Amino acid sequence: MPPPTAAAPQPSPALPPVAPRTVKDRVLRVTRRLGLTGRGGVILGPYAWLVLFFFIPFLIVLKISVAEPAVGIPPFTKLIEWVDGGLDVHIRFSGFQALFDDDLYLLAYLNSLKIAFVSTLCCLFIGYPMAYAIATAPEKRRGPLLMLIILPFWTSFLIRVYAWMSILKDEGLLNNLLLSLGIIHEPLKILYTDLAVYIGITYSYLPFMILPLYATLEKMDHTLLEAAADLGARPWKSFLTITLPLSLPGIVAGSLLVFIPAVGEFVIPSLLGGSDTLMIGRELWNLFFNSRDWPSASAVAIALLAFLVGPIMIFQHFQGRDQDKGAA
Amino acid sequence: MSDAPDPRPRPAATGPIGKSPAVKSPAVKFEPWHDPAAKPYIRIEKVTKRFGDFTAVDNVSLSIYRGEFFSLLGGSGSGKTTLLRMLAGFEQPTEGRIFIDGVDMAGIPPYDRPVNMMFQSYALFPHMTVENNVAFGLRQDGVPKDEIRTRVAEMLELVKLTPFAKRKPHQLSGGQRQRVALARSLVKKPKLLLLDEPLGALDKRLREQTQFELVNIQEKLGVTFVVVTHDQEEAMTMSTRIAVMDHGAIAQVGTPTEIYEYPNSRFTAEFIGSVNMFEGNIVESEPDHSLIRSAEAGCDLYVTHAAHLAAGSHCWVAIRPEKVSITKEKPAEADGGRNVTRGVVREIAYLGDISIYQIDLASGKRVRATAPNVTRRTELPITWDDEVWLSWRPFAGVVLTD
Ligand SMILES: Nc1ncnc2c1ncn2[C@@H]1O[C@H](COP(=O)(O)OP(=O)(O)O)[C@@H](O)[C@H]1O
Ligand SMILES: [Mg+2]
Repeated sequence: MPPPTAAAPQPSPALPPVAPRTVKDRVLRVTRRLGLTGRGGVILGPYAWLVLFFFIPFLIVLKISVAEPAVGIPPFTKLIEWVDGGLDVHIRFSGFQALFDDDLYLLAYLNSLKIAFVSTLCCLFIGYPMAYAIATAPEKRRGPLLMLIILPFWTSFLIRVYAWMSILKDEGLLNNLLLSLGIIHEPLKILYTDLAVYIGITYSYLPFMILPLYATLEKMDHTLLEAAADLGARPWKSFLTITLPLSLPGIVAGSLLVFIPAVGEFVIPSLLGGSDTLMIGRELWNLFFNSRDWPSASAVAIALLAFLVGPIMIFQHFQGRDQDKGAA
Repeated sequence: MSDAPDPRPRPAATGPIGKSPAVKSPAVKFEPWHDPAAKPYIRIEKVTKRFGDFTAVDNVSLSIYRGEFFSLLGGSGSGKTTLLRMLAGFEQPTEGRIFIDGVDMAGIPPYDRPVNMMFQSYALFPHMTVENNVAFGLRQDGVPKDEIRTRVAEMLELVKLTPFAKRKPHQLSGGQRQRVALARSLVKKPKLLLLDEPLGALDKRLREQTQFELVNIQEKLGVTFVVVTHDQEEAMTMSTRIAVMDHGAIAQVGTPTEIYEYPNSRFTAEFIGSVNMFEGNIVESEPDHSLIRSAEAGCDLYVTHAAHLAAGSHCWVAIRPEKVSITKEKPAEADGGRNVTRGVVREIAYLGDISIYQIDLASGKRVRATAPNVTRRTELPITWDDEVWLSWRPFAGVVLTD
């Protein structure tokens, strides 16, 4: 473990120039007595957050998933019960059973993956040129351009999805425009189809693709491209051999940021999708609120998590190994 | 190879600028710039580069010949990199033209120029191994795989990096990266290699060692080198010729000896090495000598070359410290009090091989003189506060205008 002073939390810059040493020392003495080094303290924050808002809720959901539906509040059986002077532990797998009995869930999973995958690709193909354009714009114009990317967040997500409804509906903005231009003669049926879901997800998650891409492209050393050109690479070749590989971390980060929430997306398929748009988030909602089958709903949620966490862990494992190799 | 002395045949002092040396020894001399029949490989014609209303390169004209090791020498911000980037094609001249091998380079992008560049920051591709960095240029030209492999291996052998072929740039030391950058820019066998402060990031010892390696490689491959540097010693060691740049303009072009012995301006004289400048007025101006009266020097200065100035004009005489002899007795050859003056030793810096003396003249002017330590330090005849005579030979001074 490094000496605690080395990684101690920085005193706030507002403190007078002499005070920090004594304040810092005092804080350090206390934390050291508690068995905490500065570094440990810094790491503790995210851990506490994870335990409080992820791990504990996850355990609750896990607990519900192995109960049985019941009439009452809460609408499921207790896990541990005091019966006749002994503890009865009820663990039932009927919730998980339902996942396999009805292929609706498997189809919904697969369809969610497909929709998330296609939407991620759309975000990548639209977002990459945008991120590239911003990163290569003159420095003083980058700030305002980034602002434009973030601006939609200042309006509620729900309102923006409703806005898409009025754009895409039969007598909506888009159809009226195309009709008046004479490009089409019948309104296009877009709203309440999978296409509307793709549009909605791509639109909503695009900033999550652009921002990490911008971050990697912006810090790329421009002289690398000059070096490539100097060695005879035409611009397109430089892009493929230098820019693209070096922006891979941004591509991966952006894709994960889009793909993961898109798989579980509920609002967009509910509002823009048709009745036949199967998505797991929607089925989950139905189970919870329409069927009031909390154990099955929890089982679906846990299966979804396993579905997503597995591939990510494998990915991270490989990426970590690459980095180790690089640093050796 | 690093310890070998510089094998380049050095041109001897060639007399006042522009004149051919009196005695030529054609067997060893490489001086295409004196040969009217030689065609320059690079011709820079009245090139100016402006960024907004800032002039980074100001009306530069230069001819560089095949096989030269040509240095652009100047302080930071003097426009060296900008000039180099125009040769590489990363910047377009605002005015003027650049010809390489007789071809006008206007509008030709970097990837179509017969030129390679070694960047100041090396600009190695961080995601590629050493091998792939070096192979990059060959791949762009569609060279067959087998040939790429052998040429890359040869190049790595030349820069002694064969054991590091599979490493990534971040796993190398500064000196090794510098070699990768060199190998990468040489592997395409360019006729012209541009190097921007190639040794800038290396420590002093490694620099000196690498200077000789660069010269050796340049001669082995017969490539024309144009090197940017701000280090005058480095430029003197390696170059066939040096262009001294000041505020975007060329102050002087010449061989290291010419630049050192016959600076054409106060700027060059003071930029290269150290120099004593005496202010004065011309008394006699003849084709074979000049006489300058200088209150600052406390004596008349007799110089054996023409000043090309009218009698009475204001001028400066530059005298290098190592050409000033320092004695306790009045020198015997002192003729009529010319080129001889007196002063008091104020400071002595003992550098081992030489000592530097700072002498104050009666005028208050401080003069620098260096002398080899032929005797041991303990027997040093001249010490602090000694009154000494300073003298120099008639060929030592150079007359300069402002
Ligand atoms: N792209 C540019 N835009 C504006 N000014 C520049 C640019 N490139 C160089 N300059 C300016 O031109 C001058 C010369 O720069 P440079 O050629 O890099 O000098 P050197 O290499 O001799 O240190 C500097 O003052 C620099 O600020
Ligand atoms: Mg520079």
